[in-house]
Amino acid sequence: MAKAPKSRYKRQMTGYERKKELIAYSFIAPNFIGFAVFTLLPVLFSIFLSFVKWKGGAFNTMEWVGLGNYAEIFKTAKVAEKGIGYLFNKVDLGIALKNTLFFTVVTVPLTLVCAVALALALNRAVKGAVGFRTVFFFPYVASMVAICVCWRFMMMKDGPINQMLMALGSSYNKSWTADSTMAIWSIILVSVWRNMGYYMVIYLAALQGIPTDLYEAATVDGANKWQQFCHVTLPQLRPTTFFASTMLIISCFKIYDVVAIMTEGGPGRSTKMLVTYIYDEAFSNFNYGVASAIAMVLLVIVLIFTLAQFSMEDRYANN
Amino acid sequence: MTQMTASKPVGVQTPPIMIVLKILLYVVLIALALFTLIPFVWMLSSSLKLDREVFSYPIRWIPETFHWENYRLIWTKVPLLTYFKNTAIIAILVTFIQTLTSSFAAYAFAKLQFRGRNVLFVCYVATIAVPWQTYMLPQFILMRSMGLYDTLWAIVVLQSFSAFGVFLMRQFYQGIPTELCEAARIDGLSEYGIWARIMLPLSRAAIATLVIFTFVGTWNDYMGPMIYLTRDVNKTVQVGLRRFIQENSSDYHLIMAVSVCSLLPVSIVFLALQKYFIQGIATTGLKG
Repeated sequence: MAKAPKSRYKRQMTGYERKKELIAYSFIAPNFIGFAVFTLLPVLFSIFLSFVKWKGGAFNTMEWVGLGNYAEIFKTAKVAEKGIGYLFNKVDLGIALKNTLFFTVVTVPLTLVCAVALALALNRAVKGAVGFRTVFFFPYVASMVAICVCWRFMMMKDGPINQMLMALGSSYNKSWTADSTMAIWSIILVSVWRNMGYYMVIYLAALQGIPTDLYEAATVDGANKWQQFCHVTLPQLRPTTFFASTMLIISCFKIYDVVAIMTEGGPGRSTKMLVTYIYDEAFSNFNYGVASAIAMVLLVIVLIFTLAQFSMEDRYANN
Repeated sequence: MTQMTASKPVGVQTPPIMIVLKILLYVVLIALALFTLIPFVWMLSSSLKLDREVFSYPIRWIPETFHWENYRLIWTKVPLLTYFKNTAIIAILVTFIQTLTSSFAAYAFAKLQFRGRNVLFVCYVATIAVPWQTYMLPQFILMRSMGLYDTLWAIVVLQSFSAFGVFLMRQFYQGIPTELCEAARIDGLSEYGIWARIMLPLSRAAIATLVIFTFVGTWNDYMGPMIYLTRDVNKTVQVGLRRFIQENSSDYHLIMAVSVCSLLPVSIVFLALQKYFIQGIATTGLKG
């Protein structure tokens, strides 16, 4: 129905049709102008910036360096000489990549396991389910600065966390955020704590969307609760898990707030992440070209996961 | 639990293993709920202590005496009211502009025919995948050259035109039958009239979702205001709190008091509208 009139538009564009198009553009314009100027333009500009050397002065001080910024962040000359280990142990970018990857690889499964467990528990006839749901979701809406500074204090040398651990027999008595091995774990803990409620809500919706006749059929076939869980619930949750893990991976690669407030990337470079690296180069060292080249690395990583998500979504939609 | 046993056929007893599992379930849930709440409890309790009491051994969850004066003291130490005012201005403006312009654009994308529709929409969809952190620097350069640096407007325009809003509203409008619009057109309503009298009232649920998520997101935003707002008169609650932390780093009790204040507005919004939060995530989250 929609196809036929459309082809007729093209042949004879009357004044009336033109007016209709103008009306349509007038609907788009208020948002699109803002979007084009403040999002689209900067996105294109950032690709360009990654190929120039610029300290942010007048525009004519920009100097085209081609792939120079990329060679600088990857320290290609040194890495070619000393091997790939040098990149991940000494070079800022390699360390930031390694930290971000470690953070992501630990945080994503932990968050999803907690989220699924909570959703499964609350999906049953539990007393006070709404109350529990509110509690678990609350950290997600609480502001990062307040909760991160609170966690940082709680993880201080004489803070409540160490005191509780001591009661359980641990002898750890340092500030987590000042200890180069524990600092990243403090960030992981806060991230899991904050995100599990959000993904719990997504899983709850998915669980409620599983058709009940699947369970009925399984019961008729003689499956017990455990078998139903393994052969009905888990497979039905697979698309959600894929979606949730891609979203979570992407948000892990963009981590900044927690790090900025809890450790500022330290101690040393132990919690330096991709975005903290971009921020430092851009707004502390004013290396605009270098900062944009790092930003492109982040962009490529995020795009890979987004494309994977899209193609999997197609597969699920076709099945 | 009573409901579950009642629904069982008479004579079939709940096996002991199920009762044990049920108890285990509650134990785990309560333990996790405590883990979730402990920072908030500790924050509240510390905010009512003297600074030397904050790290007392053993932990004292309920302060010996409640030092309410901490909450009076912070207003003299930090221009909290200015921060609140700025954050409220930004959050309200962004929410308003975002909701209005994206529902406007979404109507055209969902229901009107025009050349370039798909190309324009692809622009929106493509940028959803681009993290803000990759273009925050060029955006900053652009805004600085426009004279928006260190003004509230910088944050307003930064947040107002997100692709997400258009995408969300379009999804919703596509679910509204086109026949409704056509009937209205025959009755002589203009496109603007259809948007105002038919689409807007029908999309209350989607608008509620967009409004609360934009509001909370803007209220809690930290990185944007930190980059753009440097003068104290322009700071938002989040950057203001950060400044306070850096300048009074050992006044633990006061930092916690300011933190509690910074959490209050969003907590109230959340508790009042949590149904919409949950629905919003459930629908937008699943559709992607």
